[in-house]
Amino acid sequence: MGVEFIYPEFEVIRNESRCIACRVCERQCANEVHYFCPETGLMMSDESKCVDCQRCVSLCPTRALKIVKSDCSLRENANWKSDTIKEIYKQASSGGVLLSSMGSPKEMPVYWDKLLINASQVTNPSIDPLREPMETKVFLGKKPERIERDEKGRIKCELTPQLELSLPVMFSAMSYGSISYNAHESLARAATASGTYYNTGEGGLHKDFYCYGPHTIVQVASGRFGVHEEYLNAGAAIEIKIGQGAKPGIGGHLPGTKIVGDVSATRMIPEGTDAISPAPHHDIYSIEDLRQLVYSLKEATGYRKPVIVKVAAVHNISAIASGIARSGADIIAIDGFRGGTGAAPTRIRDNVGIPIELALAAVDQRLRDEGIRNNVSLVVGGSIRSASDVVKAVALGADACYIATAALLALGCHLCRTCQTGKCNWGIATQRPDLVKRLNPDIGSERLINLMTAWKHEIKELMGGMGINSIEALRGNRLMLRGVGLTEKELSILGVAHAGE
Amino acid sequence: MKRIYVNEDRCIGCRLCEYNCAFANSGMRDMALALKGKTIYPRIHVEGDDKITFAVSCRHCTDPICMKSCIAGAIYDDNGVIRIDKNKCVGCLTCILVCPYGALAKGENGVMQKCELCLNNSCGEPACVKGCPNRAIVYEERGESL
Amino acid sequence: MNEYLIIGNGVAAAAATEGIRSVDKAGTITIVSEEAHPVYCRPLISYYLEKKTDISKMNYRDKDFYERNGCKVFYGKKAVRLDPEKKEVKLCDGTVLPYSKVCIATGSSPFTPDFPGIDTVDKKFGFMTLDDALSLEKAVGKDTRVFIIGAGLIGLKCAEGLRAMTDSITVCDLADRVLSSILDSDCAALMQAHMEKNGIRFLLSDTVERFDKNKAYMKSGRTVDFDVLVTAVGVKANTSLVKDAGGAVNRGIITDEHMRTSLNDVYAAGDCCESRDISSGTSHILAILPNAYMQGFAAGVNMAGGDRIFDNAIPMNSIGFFSLHAMTAGSYDGELIEEKNDRELMKFFVKDGLLKGFIFIGEPSKTGIYTSLIRERIPLDTIDFELLKKGADYMAFSPETRRKKFGGVV
Repeated sequence: MGVEFIYPEFEVIRNESRCIACRVCERQCANEVHYFCPETGLMMSDESKCVDCQRCVSLCPTRALKIVKSDCSLRENANWKSDTIKEIYKQASSGGVLLSSMGSPKEMPVYWDKLLINASQVTNPSIDPLREPMETKVFLGKKPERIERDEKGRIKCELTPQLELSLPVMFSAMSYGSISYNAHESLARAATASGTYYNTGEGGLHKDFYCYGPHTIVQVASGRFGVHEEYLNAGAAIEIKIGQGAKPGIGGHLPGTKIVGDVSATRMIPEGTDAISPAPHHDIYSIEDLRQLVYSLKEATGYRKPVIVKVAAVHNISAIASGIARSGADIIAIDGFRGGTGAAPTRIRDNVGIPIELALAAVDQRLRDEGIRNNVSLVVGGSIRSASDVVKAVALGADACYIATAALLALGCHLCRTCQTGKCNWGIATQRPDLVKRLNPDIGSERLINLMTAWKHEIKELMGGMGINSIEALRGNRLMLRGVGLTEKELSILGVAHAGE
Repeated sequence: MKRIYVNEDRCIGCRLCEYNCAFANSGMRDMALALKGKTIYPRIHVEGDDKITFAVSCRHCTDPICMKSCIAGAIYDDNGVIRIDKNKCVGCLTCILVCPYGALAKGENGVMQKCELCLNNSCGEPACVKGCPNRAIVYEERGESL
Repeated sequence: MNEYLIIGNGVAAAAATEGIRSVDKAGTITIVSEEAHPVYCRPLISYYLEKKTDISKMNYRDKDFYERNGCKVFYGKKAVRLDPEKKEVKLCDGTVLPYSKVCIATGSSPFTPDFPGIDTVDKKFGFMTLDDALSLEKAVGKDTRVFIIGAGLIGLKCAEGLRAMTDSITVCDLADRVLSSILDSDCAALMQAHMEKNGIRFLLSDTVERFDKNKAYMKSGRTVDFDVLVTAVGVKANTSLVKDAGGAVNRGIITDEHMRTSLNDVYAAGDCCESRDISSGTSHILAILPNAYMQGFAAGVNMAGGDRIFDNAIPMNSIGFFSLHAMTAGSYDGELIEEKNDRELMKFFVKDGLLKGFIFIGEPSKTGIYTSLIRERIPLDTIDFELLKKGADYMAFSPETRRKKFGGVV
């Protein structure tokens, strides 16, 4: 109260003529917003606790509920927006670093929305994907520079290990611990059924999920949690995580309260200890050091698994990528600054890194210029929201995309951005058994499979329009893109012409 | 025969099944009109504590002891579905005494009622199954005891 | 083709018919019914007096039950002799019915002590059959004084049924409490007080010394003036067919778990035979409807060549008077555990790690879970009995048990 008081951000609107006081909202709210008043027989709410996750709205059987943004307004101006003012109030109360979850909500340019895709008219025919075969399959890994033949003149077919994707989309790293067992199961099953991959993140691989190994990318990050020989060999590929788009330059911190039961066993750390991932890998200070780790991992897995190096999109990303391409890595994953997170310091998330579109265009160009583009495949993430974002990314030079936020939305996430509280009402970003139960992996995996199926259809339609019947033929084909409302500089970095040119 | 099965690993204890059951058997079009301000008498009930919850309704036993014990001959087997003739029931509660699942309970007017798989209302499939937000309650054919 | 013969036309007989037909659709079924009614729900006769049901609803099975099951029924005929050698049964009118298998389901008859002067009583009734109820209905009006001998289940149900018709009902019993066969003294006192509140007068630890027309002279010296007398002292099993044919008979007909008597191809079921009560480990007559059905059904299946045993009989009763309900099951042997609140009284009897019996008074809910502990002999150390004592709930069972019970066909 008083100086500490911040008016609740949301209001619970209950239609009394429809509310039957079944108390489902009360039972479903881990934030304890709703409660029943026995004296009046009415449902009440404490809106100060509401995070607008929409769980109650979704389960109310009579549609008696809605959550709206409060219109109680602070006196904003163009410089001091209400969020900025409230952050000051919070820090003045707590003295602490502000924490946030999911991707940055700030208004920064989304270049995908300023890029438009071409379509064929008259001179080269478009293709009807319902009638003609369309290929969305991609292979990730090092590609040969030129055709080589043996002494008898036969083509050498042996390739370094590759990942085969039925469409250029994978589920990116989310650790078991940051998300629930059921969320992991949903991702693993959906990746298997959709012919793609999911990623363990830095949490190790639960023993129950080894069976999904052929569709699992196992991650090795700075804390090395859950890494052992069996783990490395369980997956289809190994990812060395250097950085994450939402929080480049800093490590991770999963509080001890979440290191319980299987999470602790899977991470191979005692229950209740904080899982702190250092900001850097303490054994990597140069591309040569990175190369050592890449080859250590290849050695440990008999050169059967491609190695991915994941970095955040930062200022000199093209030079960094060039180095990685020479380190022996098979795939480079770049995570843009709009990417999500289970928890990050707000200032880092909203102010560090660069947009993925610019990073991708710059890296692809740099690797081509240096003649090493075929050394590696490029995977990009950090807010890929739709099939058209995927198509644009491929046209800008990506081999495939990573999605995480979109996958969580398919699982039921309502982007309330309070993952850090561990009270996810949708059973995703939580370890509380009563909440985890709310995500049924049968439903979760089904919805993810639906999403992948839908995107694949859309990708085919967009390809067909361009007269392209193989996604490989679109890669780096920037002629298929035009910019709108972009400056000369932006267009030149993106390597695309302006619309109308 | 298709029966209702509940998976307690999936049951989230929201109790929507109880309300969907009461609504389905109310014969009314709107849930708010049907249930507002009323005590509900569902034929399925959720048991449990703050960790484990599960919904219990009639198992439609192959050897239904309630039917065999009914002193009014009101409980009968309709092709495997165990049903109750509310007109014949006199409310002796012998079925409550014998049902090992606690699946029968008094209805609004004191007459016994039980799950009849929504055969008599317009749901097409049991309302509890249809409305379960986590697919914890399913309506399917299963073999002998697991 | 088999010729099945069923002597009796009560619930055990109907169950035997259903049991036979579950195995053999073809064999002929002949039913000998002493009463002139199709099978009806005997326990409903008090509800009939209360007008909670009517004759049409009292049919135990639907109208085409006999036709559908291909049964020939002899109404109003009594079987007088069973000849297991010739495999035939003789009826009172001389008809001889041959059989390949016969089921004796003759039930029981009221037992009335020979009170001096009973012959001088004008209006006296039993309370066992529909005809008894119909006669009572005619005999009792608003000012009729009813005197009931016997405060057991039958006598008290009769009292409740008649209470709607008359204000003056007196019940006497030699025992010191009501429902002495199923309630202990605490619970009986509760029930008695409740019935007294509803206008029933009791004379307990007392019995009739002699009658003189409309007056009963009691042992205690009191007198009771009445218009209608109902005797509900007790019943005796109708065992004579089997006994006279040389079959093993105790208080009731003795059968094995397949409901076979000691006579070849002769089965028995229902109130005329004894059951082995698994809660007490003793054999006695368990004259309750569920038992009659389960015995009858098992007998029918076995008569038709199937294999079905009935080996988990226990006494159990669900009985309410004027909206106060009592539920009892098993035997009251072992350590007493009592749970009580302002609305309910629950007594458990535990012995050798098993629940042996219980008495419950109040508004019952899910009580069958307790009954199943007795019937299925579930060791109490495999469940959370502390939790279960507070209320019947499957939380007290292990997740494996729940998976078994709720995850498959049962």
